[in-house]
Amino acid sequence: MGKVGIIGVGQSKFVRGFAGSIRELAFEGFKEALVDAKIQTKDIDASIIASAPEYDKQRSSAGVVAEYLGLIPQPTFYIETVCSSSSTALKVAYSMIKAGLHDVVAIVGFQKMSEISSNESQERMGRGADIQWESPFGTMMPAYYAMYAQAHMAKYGTTGEDLAKIRVKAATYGQINDKAVYRKPVTMDMFTDPKSNMSSPVAKPLRVGDCCANADGSSCVIVASEERAKSLCDKPVWILGIGAASETVNMAGRDLFTGLNVGIEAGRQAYKMAGITSKDIDIAEVHDCFTIAEMMAYENLGFAKTGEGKDLIAGKETYKEGSIPVNVDGGLLSKGHPIGATGGSQIRTIVLQLRGEAGEMQVKDPELGLVHNIGGVGLYGNVTIMGR
Amino acid sequence: MAKKEVDDRFKKFGTVSFTAITKTNDFISHLEDGKIMGTKCKECEAVYFPPRSDCFKCLNSNMEWFEVTGTGKLLSFSELQYGPVGFEKDLPYIIAILDYGFHKVFGRISDDIPYDGLKVGMELQTVPNTLSNGQLNYVFKQP
Repeated sequence: MGKVGIIGVGQSKFVRGFAGSIRELAFEGFKEALVDAKIQTKDIDASIIASAPEYDKQRSSAGVVAEYLGLIPQPTFYIETVCSSSSTALKVAYSMIKAGLHDVVAIVGFQKMSEISSNESQERMGRGADIQWESPFGTMMPAYYAMYAQAHMAKYGTTGEDLAKIRVKAATYGQINDKAVYRKPVTMDMFTDPKSNMSSPVAKPLRVGDCCANADGSSCVIVASEERAKSLCDKPVWILGIGAASETVNMAGRDLFTGLNVGIEAGRQAYKMAGITSKDIDIAEVHDCFTIAEMMAYENLGFAKTGEGKDLIAGKETYKEGSIPVNVDGGLLSKGHPIGATGGSQIRTIVLQLRGEAGEMQVKDPELGLVHNIGGVGLYGNVTIMGR
Repeated sequence: MAKKEVDDRFKKFGTVSFTAITKTNDFISHLEDGKIMGTKCKECEAVYFPPRSDCFKCLNSNMEWFEVTGTGKLLSFSELQYGPVGFEKDLPYIIAILDYGFHKVFGRISDDIPYDGLKVGMELQTVPNTLSNGQLNYVFKQP
């Protein structure tokens, strides 16, 4: 059985309050991927649409988006695993090609967070957990990740200063990524300056500066069978490993509060499938919805020993020039996190890096890249390994 | 014709409940009686908190209630400065998780313990609580 290659990637600018509808938003990422792949819409024989439906007014958005993109009458359907929807869709597309059912599949992820009012959005956020047993206590996404931060601090001596270093790194690259929603610099001083918004508590111990930037955006990844990839594309990037896992929604069902089991398990599967270890990875995109999430990803993926993620960032090893560059496109923290588009955007970054086309963000000659995309509070996890 | 009675006791759970009907509605009656109860499978003895009405281990639905007693170890906690719609009056409040060894409990810290008074590893107990809007939940208190 042949390999599966990525032949085109695209994403819209990630913005606050996109001035258009969801189908128009999806078009921006799709068009860029189509131009990148140098193919035509008729070359695509199936599409998968990914978003988190609670933000969409449109019911069953796959048909509407596929129609607008000109992907009718090819089959289309919808995939959802919250923030990891588009990397889950990539896994499904990979399976469809491997099964021989399709040759070229487009994965279109999008999210228009501003589709609903901020009050409606706040109401939905209240239902982001187990609505029977946890949401009645008034839970929020940042508070769950804050519990992981609290436990990590208690066990390993991690500090708010350590976490702030991750935010400063993200902002370093957000400034040079013209697709990022947050383009401003962030300094360590801001986290100790009570007048700076960055130091303002959201869910203790996490502060505004520890949280990712909300954004509207879309992404698209076009994958093809080995034969089609070689005939259509000069520089296909091959999918070498895919891992995926799930975890209990309810915190009471979990046994680990200093890391995410889904990240560990999905990583283990992906490394095994690719026949490599964490040491072989030249560049990574990890799911930094909060600073602590990036810290845990360092450890869960084997870039740092458990409890030593703080040393990795302190030594600037995850900067562009370091031993394992991570999120050198600004990450979710600065580039932004339009839920359904995020996984595809992470894939895009790694593909551009492996092709040597990442511009100012380019890392020196990477051969193997990894994407770690988490849905919910470690509820779903996907790890994808790619190579030239 | 008599109107069919709907057992929607679960709508009393928490500041805002998002569930009305569940096979575990007796949890609310136990809470009203001052008890925090989980379930245990009568067939394979699997223990569940939060309670479940079906055992995924042996596929039986033959469950019995057990009471959460004694203290649990504080695994982690966070104080929210912002809350979802409907929780504004509770702010700030602290969510937390306790480890009882054979099961864990997720809930809120009692209002009489400040954030700075908490430490991972400390022992707390779970007690029923009536909220200011008349709803019921449970909170973690000093033993």
